[in-house]
Parts: sequence; structure tokens; C-alpha cells
Amino acid sequence: MSTEDTREEELKGVGCSRKRKEDPRFIQGKGNYVDDVKLPGMLVGKVVRSPYAHAKIVSINKEAALALPGVHAVLTAEDLKPLGLHWMPTLAGDVCAVLADEKVSFQYQEVAFVIADNRYIAVDGADLVEVEYEELPVVVDPHHAMDADAAIVRDDLVGKDEAGQGSRKHNNHIFNWDVGDKDATDRAFESAEVTVKQKMINHRVHASPLETCGCVASFDKVKGDMTVYMTSQAPHIVRTVITLLSGIPESKVRVIAPDIGGGFGNKVGIYPGYVCAIVASIVLGRPVKWIEDRIENLSTTAFARDYHMEGELAADKDGKIKALRVNVLADHGAFNTHAQPTKWPAGLFSICTGSYDIPVAYANVDGVFTNKAPGGVSYRCSFRVTEAVYVVERMIDVLAQKIGMDPAEIRMKNFIQPEQFPYQSALGWEYDSGNYPAALKKVMEAVDYEGLRKEQAEKKARGEIMGIGLCTFTEIVGAGPSKACDILGVGMFDSAEIRIHPTGSAIARMGTISQGQGHETTYAQIIATELGLSSDDIQIEEGDTDTAPYGLGTYGSRTTPVGGAATVKAARKIREKARKIAAHLLEVSENDLEWDVDQFRVVGSPDQAKSMKEIAWAAYNNVPDGMEMGLEAVDYYDPPNFTFPFGAYLAVVDIDKFTGVTTIRRFYALDDCGTRINPMIIEGQVHGGLNEGYAVAMGQELPYDTEGNLLGNTFMDYFWPTMVETPKWELDYTVTPSPHHPMGAKGVAESPHVGSIPCFSNAINDAFMQFGAEKHIDMPHNAFRVWKTLQEMGLNKD
Amino acid sequence: MIPGNFEYHAPTSLADALALLGQYGDEAKIIAGGHSLLPMMKLRFAEPEHLIDINGISELRGIREEGGMIKIGAMTTENQLIASEILWDKCPLIPTAAKLIADPQVRNRGTIGGDIAHGDPGNDHPAIMLALGASFVLAGPDGERTVPADGFFLGTYYTQLEEGEIMTEIQVPVPPAGSGYGFSKLKRKTGDFATAAAAVQLQLNGDSCTQINIALTNVGPCSFKASDAAAHLTGKVIDDALISEAAEKAMADCDPSEDLRGNIEYKTSMAGEMVRRAIRSALSNAKGE
Repeated sequence: MSTEDTREEELKGVGCSRKRKEDPRFIQGKGNYVDDVKLPGMLVGKVVRSPYAHAKIVSINKEAALALPGVHAVLTAEDLKPLGLHWMPTLAGDVCAVLADEKVSFQYQEVAFVIADNRYIAVDGADLVEVEYEELPVVVDPHHAMDADAAIVRDDLVGKDEAGQGSRKHNNHIFNWDVGDKDATDRAFESAEVTVKQKMINHRVHASPLETCGCVASFDKVKGDMTVYMTSQAPHIVRTVITLLSGIPESKVRVIAPDIGGGFGNKVGIYPGYVCAIVASIVLGRPVKWIEDRIENLSTTAFARDYHMEGELAADKDGKIKALRVNVLADHGAFNTHAQPTKWPAGLFSICTGSYDIPVAYANVDGVFTNKAPGGVSYRCSFRVTEAVYVVERMIDVLAQKIGMDPAEIRMKNFIQPEQFPYQSALGWEYDSGNYPAALKKVMEAVDYEGLRKEQAEKKARGEIMGIGLCTFTEIVGAGPSKACDILGVGMFDSAEIRIHPTGSAIARMGTISQGQGHETTYAQIIATELGLSSDDIQIEEGDTDTAPYGLGTYGSRTTPVGGAATVKAARKIREKARKIAAHLLEVSENDLEWDVDQFRVVGSPDQAKSMKEIAWAAYNNVPDGMEMGLEAVDYYDPPNFTFPFGAYLAVVDIDKFTGVTTIRRFYALDDCGTRINPMIIEGQVHGGLNEGYAVAMGQELPYDTEGNLLGNTFMDYFWPTMVETPKWELDYTVTPSPHHPMGAKGVAESPHVGSIPCFSNAINDAFMQFGAEKHIDMPHNAFRVWKTLQEMGLNKD
Repeated sequence: MIPGNFEYHAPTSLADALALLGQYGDEAKIIAGGHSLLPMMKLRFAEPEHLIDINGISELRGIREEGGMIKIGAMTTENQLIASEILWDKCPLIPTAAKLIADPQVRNRGTIGGDIAHGDPGNDHPAIMLALGASFVLAGPDGERTVPADGFFLGTYYTQLEEGEIMTEIQVPVPPAGSGYGFSKLKRKTGDFATAAAAVQLQLNGDSCTQINIALTNVGPCSFKASDAAAHLTGKVIDDALISEAAEKAMADCDPSEDLRGNIEYKTSMAGEMVRRAIRSALSNAKGE
């Protein structure tokens, strides 16, 4: 190994499977989560929730609760009204009740907030709050939300012809959003040789992070400062919202997102519990903690999906796709609190043309209110991308079945080709880079695809049921260019600030916030490679709005594409200053210097060099005339485009025809996320995403009965796979860098979730298609539902 | 998910526990592993004023063989059952099934007596005990009585255990040579209760089945023996056709309720499938296969 290689290795920079810097404190119980925060004089709040999905509040009697020793206050909408805080704006232009105002619109809705000395008394106090309800008819099925005689979910919007996202046509209608050339698409369908149409549901699920949501709000009455520790994926925007809601100057609001035990989109929004704790702290002048229990988390804080889709493809008889049409009915629950960039009521759903060269397309989405919990956040995916990928990846299989073509062959036939990048999609995106045929080919060779199909046929002959699922997805992440994306008017840039200390170690702060992704490890690797300093000497801090530069946070796989790019840019600003200092020290022209791993050296005279450490020291005592001292830089990065990671996945399933139990025999996942920063962390991310995708496809569900009661809101029913259920994952990769990202990285965390769900579903559907199943089978593919299909098709016999 | 107030008692002898139970009557609940009681208390479905923790009573733990009986202290944990050489040697149905109960954390603290005495149709030991023809020793203010498992389970959370009584011991007749056992359980995931489960204990004389018990979990208001199914097989050389007929008879005895695990039809069908599988494995290990 050359010395250069050794020096490079010692940096532990980009490409190094460096161990996670966070793990020693996590595995030793030394993390610091919101519920670990204990402040002097701290009180605890408990939310009183509605047992009904839709009911008028006749009366609320707080007396018994207030009489309980240790209870300090009970807040209701009446108490918040004078402050104008009984309702709050949502990210989607709607409003959401903080505490129910005259009526409740979903089961478990927040009705009152009891503040007490400790959690035990708070819960006892909540039990003593007497609420009298008068039940109202409910809207549970979104397909009947816009019936003429449907109950009205939102009295506050009656007579309003818009709810923040364009015009609406019914009291329970929220918005209509469409994209694409409708007429051209219709014409393509009219003249097509083959068309297929299929309804499918991306059912309501919950991201269910290990740590539930919570906060500690602490208002200092003397200084007028508000400090909030919060489980937030976007602390800076939360600070702005707190200022907008409370009128406290932003300079006096400090939001701290400490260690976070998983977010997956569940911790993007601002929830009534947070607002209640903040108000309670202002009113009482003491810190107030609010932490959800598991039932509250699953029942109220932001579900995902609930997209009822109808996909259509037009093609010629050889399987070349001519057009795509998708109609969606989106169930947003009782308030439109979905978390998307402001201008995107259906998020980035228009990525639904997928990895295929489809000449024309049209997508149309209607959002409706129902008497169910509000939400519609992304669950480990960029805004509605899972839904989009699901519909196109299922539809291409439906088309393949219709014309009798192999699912791999039809994909190969329709892929956007490598030379077509940058590729303009029919629905308006510019895909940055990709090589889809190479990815699928690599997977097919690795698993012996033909051999698997042969085995499947042999098994079928023996009455055994095996399914093979493919998914060749394209993601859209890294929101996003400020010309297209904002949250409450703030552009979706992100930031990094790097400061090099005199002895050559560094601290860097970003506007993002890790929830388990390992930012402390990977950001340091980026800086290490850019600046030639060991990543072990680079400290990363995020999540404290008093110290970190403003950023839009971590969700939608935006950290690497946006925050990572800001980090590279900031580091390069430092390197340019370092070059000037080196030139000064070496008494040569800047142009005579070249960067070499961890030093600037004189071209043609490699012994003449100054290491970054030497330059750092000089930055504090010996800089060129006219240069300011110090070595630091900030960058606010507004990306020119999204990034488009992709992958090719394959699942092999065996179905026990008597019980409906599905065994995932193989799962081969090839991901292309561009430049790979830490392969070990990528593998961990992919494992996590595949596990979640497996959970969603095979079991997770938030089911409601006809009265709007949520049936499965504990971990007894809500499917969290343990290591026993978790399949073995086989991982692979290709590298197609993003041309517009300063280091070519695209982001990876969400691909495995987005890509695996349709892959599992395609495998189950494939298993039944070979036995002549004619209709698509919806998720979740749990044993009971699979058995019902077996039973209907008469396959569960010896 | 915070329980109401209660007073906690931790007696170290059975006599003290019985005295406390006598003193507080129906205001008290005995806590063993607590895996059923504590969730109910956290949801405030159960709000006992007194909790009598019998984990500190060492006389209630342990496994021994005595006079053709295996005697298991009621507070013996699932992991102790799984680790027991006596049980693997003499009565492998119990540790085989215990390995499929809940998860390692629960098995570390959950007890056989608690599992039985709670009377939950989702618990597995009741069916195992019915299959093994076990008896239960119940201690009360007036001394001990021994009742057979057969007839002990009366309904959901409803058994022959009377107010003031504590289950102290489980007695299982050592199965004779030529015995076979089987336990089949379908569950959605580790830690879940069974969608359906079946326990089978049988004896062969040559190829002929001289005696068989078939008992089921979570497909009725309480665990029960599928007696018609057993009668159909007794005295016969069991083949696939007979197994299927027996499963049909067992299914006729099922009365499950619908929940997210499945509807009545599915659960009944799964009960039949678990019976088929448990009989097959019992036959194969009786034959030494």
C-alpha cells in the first residue's frame, strides 16, 4: 500500500465502513432522549381523548380533576380561545383543533389537557375529567365521504369553497390536484392495442417509531425565553411556527431535538400535545412535559398512506407502454395535517411513471375528510412516493399478466435507457441519472431468475405455491429546490457550518437532525475527505436551534442530497481559504498548488507541502496580508434538482396453502444511491427499510370499524416484526452518481421501504396469478388474508 | 398506560399470601408473572386495590418426580420448564410447547400457574394440561384440594379456582412408554397469542392408538378437549383419512370469536389444521421417528 493510500485510509472518509460514533452511548443506555429531560419544577401533562369518532361536546366538567391533589390545571378549548390557540394552522393550509372545539371528529381526538405534579397524578386527573358527548353519524369509508347525505366532518369549513389547497366541491372534499396531459393520455388509451385497469389500496399504516412523540416546554417568565425539547425531525421550522403561533420573538425561542428514537415521518408535524405543553408552561411558568404512550402514538400522531388508487396502462400488444393514467382518492382523516411541501397536495406522487419511458401520463388526486385520525405523512419515503411506486410497479405486472409476458421482460422493454438521462418524465420531472437495465440484469443473474421460474413451475405441478416478485423502482428525494418546494414559505434548503480548530480538529453543525441515521458518523466522513482531517477528530452537532444554522430538517431522504451537499460546499470554501494560506506559507502562487489527500503540495515538487493541520494552525497566527484569521465556513445549499435513487429488488415467497402463512425465502435488494459515504450504514439503512417494507406489506394496518373505532392500536395487533419474523436480506449495489450533487450522492434510507413494498406484493400476486387469479390482491398480505384468497380459489386442499 | 393506585404486598410464605387474600377478598389480585394482569391494569380495565405478589414464595417453584407424577410448582417459569431435564426426559410436550409461548422476556418471568389460573383461552398451558390429564393443587383458607384439569376451565377468565384460593402445584402423570406428543401453534408473530393451537398426547400399542387427548387453545371461550375427535381415533390405526375426520370433529367443537387474527371460519379451519399437524407429530414421535 502506498503512503498516499495509507494517509487516505487514516482519514476514515467517504467510502469507509466506519463504526457509528453514536452507538457506544446508545448501547450503553447513555443516550439523551426527550423523556430523559428532567427540569427543576417540571410538571407533566396528559391528554383527555374522545372515545367517539364523531360527537358533539355537550359539556366538560373539570371540577373533580382540579380537586385532585397534585393537579395544577385542566385546559380545554375554552381556555385556549382567548389566546387564539384552540386551533392551529397545518402545513397543508388547513387548520387543526388543538383541543376539540364544540365537537370531536375522530376517536382519540384531544379534548382536554391535565397538568399535574407527575405522570401518575396526571393520568388519574384525566380520568376525572367528565365529558358529556352526543354522538353524531360518522364518515369512515372515503368512498362515501362525498355522498350527498354524508355526515359533515368539518363544521368549521361549511360554506367554504376551499380548504387551503384549491377549490373543493363537497363539505368533505379537501382538494383536487391533477398533473399531466389529460387529453393526450385519453387519446393514447383510445387508440391502444391493450389496456389494463386495476384498483388497489395503499392501506392506512403508522410509522410507529420506537420512541413515541413528546416534548418538554420550559418558559422562563423572567427572561421571556421559551425552550422546548422536542422529538422533532425539523426543529428549526418548529421554532418558526412557535413564534408565529405565540408571538414570542424567534430569538427568544430555542428548540432542541436531542437524541431521537426513530422518526420515519411521524415526527415532522406539530401536534396538539406540543402546543398544550407550550401553553401550559407559559400559563404556569413551569416546565411541562408531555409524552405520548404507545396507544396515543398509533391512534393520533400522523398515520401514513390511505391512498385508494386506480391505475391504468395503455400498451401495444408487445408490451411497450404508451400511457399511464392514475386516479386517487386520498383519505386525510379529520384535518388536513399531511406533511408535504406547501405546493404539493399529493406530495411527489407524480413520480408514478416510475423507471419507464412512458410518453404520456395523467394523475388525478382527490383528498377527502373522514372521521379518522388526521395525518398523511410519509412513512420512510419522500412525500407519497411509496404510493406512486406501488401503483406503477403493480400495474406493470398486471399488464404483463394480461399479455402473457414475463415481468422481467416487460420491465426491460420499457426502461428509460442510460443514454436518455437527464430524462424528462411525462409528469414533469428531470431524472438526474440511472442505469436501470444494468441493475435488473445484475439481480437476475445473481438469483438465477430463469432457474427460479423453472422451480416455480415444478412446484406448481406438485400443488405447491411459490411466488416471485420484482420491483424496479425510481425514487425522488432530496426536497428540494426552493423554486418548487417550501414549508410555510421557507425554502427547502439546508445548511452546514464548519469550524476548524487551531490544532486541526473541527466542529460542524447542520440544519438537519439525525433520528438514528448516523449523521454524527457520516457527515464527519464527508468533511474528512474534503478537508483531509480524520473523521475521528470532527464533532458533529445538530438539533439545537441556538447553535445550528437554520435548516429544514431530516425527512424525505433529504439529508445527504441537501445537507450533505451543504457540507461539501462549506468544506470546499474552507479548502479554498486553506489553499491561500498554504501558498502564503510555501511562498508560491496558489495556482502552483494541488490538493493531495490531506495537504496542499507544490506541483512538480511533492516534498514541498503543507498539511491541513499545519494550515489550521497558521490560520490562527500567520495568514496572508488582508485575510481575516480563523478557518470556518457556512453554506446554505438550495439544490438545483431532486435526486433519483433507484434499485432492482426481487422476492421469492413460499405460501403454506393450509394456513396462509407466507415465508420470504429470498429477498435480493440492489440499490443505487450514487456515491456511497459509509457502506456499513447504507446496509443498516437498507436492512431497516426492508424490514419496515416487509411489515407494511405483510401485516401492518390501522383498521377502523364502521363506527370509526380504531381496532388495532397496540403492538399486540400492530405488526412489528421481531428478529424471528425478519427475513434474511441479500444486498447488492451499483453506483451511478448524481451529476448535480457536489459529491454525486443521492440518499438511500427510503429506497428499501419504497421498493420492497410492491416487491412483496408482486410476489404474493405472482404466486396466485400462476393459478389463474384474475384480480389484484391488496395488502397487507397477512396469513388470514392470504388464506381467504386460497379458500376462494380452492387452493387450500391436499 | 398508567395503572391506578394500589397497595403492593410481597408475602414470602404461602400462609401469608392466603392470609392477605383472605383479608382483602375481591379487592385483591394475585400477581405471578403479571403479563396478563399488568396490561389490564395499565389500561385500567382492572383496578385492584391490593396486589399480592407471590414471586417471593420459593416453595411454589420447582419441578420434581414423585410416585409416577411430575409435580411442578405453580410459580415455575416458562424458561425453567424449558430448561428442565426431567420434563424433556419424561414429559417433552410441556417444554416443547413452552418454547412457543410469547417471547424470551415473557418466558423469563411468566409462570405455568399464572398461565393456567388466569383462565384466558389464549393461554397455552390449559390445553397442554388437558392433553396430559393433569391435576391442579389449590390451596385455600381451609386447606388444599386437588382438581383435575378436565372440567377446571369453565369460561373466559372463569375457572374452578375459588375466591381465597391460590394454585400451588401442577401434577402431571408421567406418560407411559409408547407415548407420543404434539403441539402445533399458529400465531401472527413472536409474542402473539395463538390464532389457534392444538396439543395432543397419545399412546400406541403397536400401530394402534390406545388412548389420545386432543385439546385446543383460543378457539372457544376457554380451552377444551376435542372429545369426539379423540374418540374417533381411539382403538384404531391412525391414517391420514382418520386424521382429517378427527380434525373435522374437532372443528365442530370450536366456537372462536372474530378479531384481527381472523374470522370464525379461518380460526376454525386453523384449529383443524393445527389438530392435523399435532396428531401427525405425536404419531411420529410415538413411533420413535
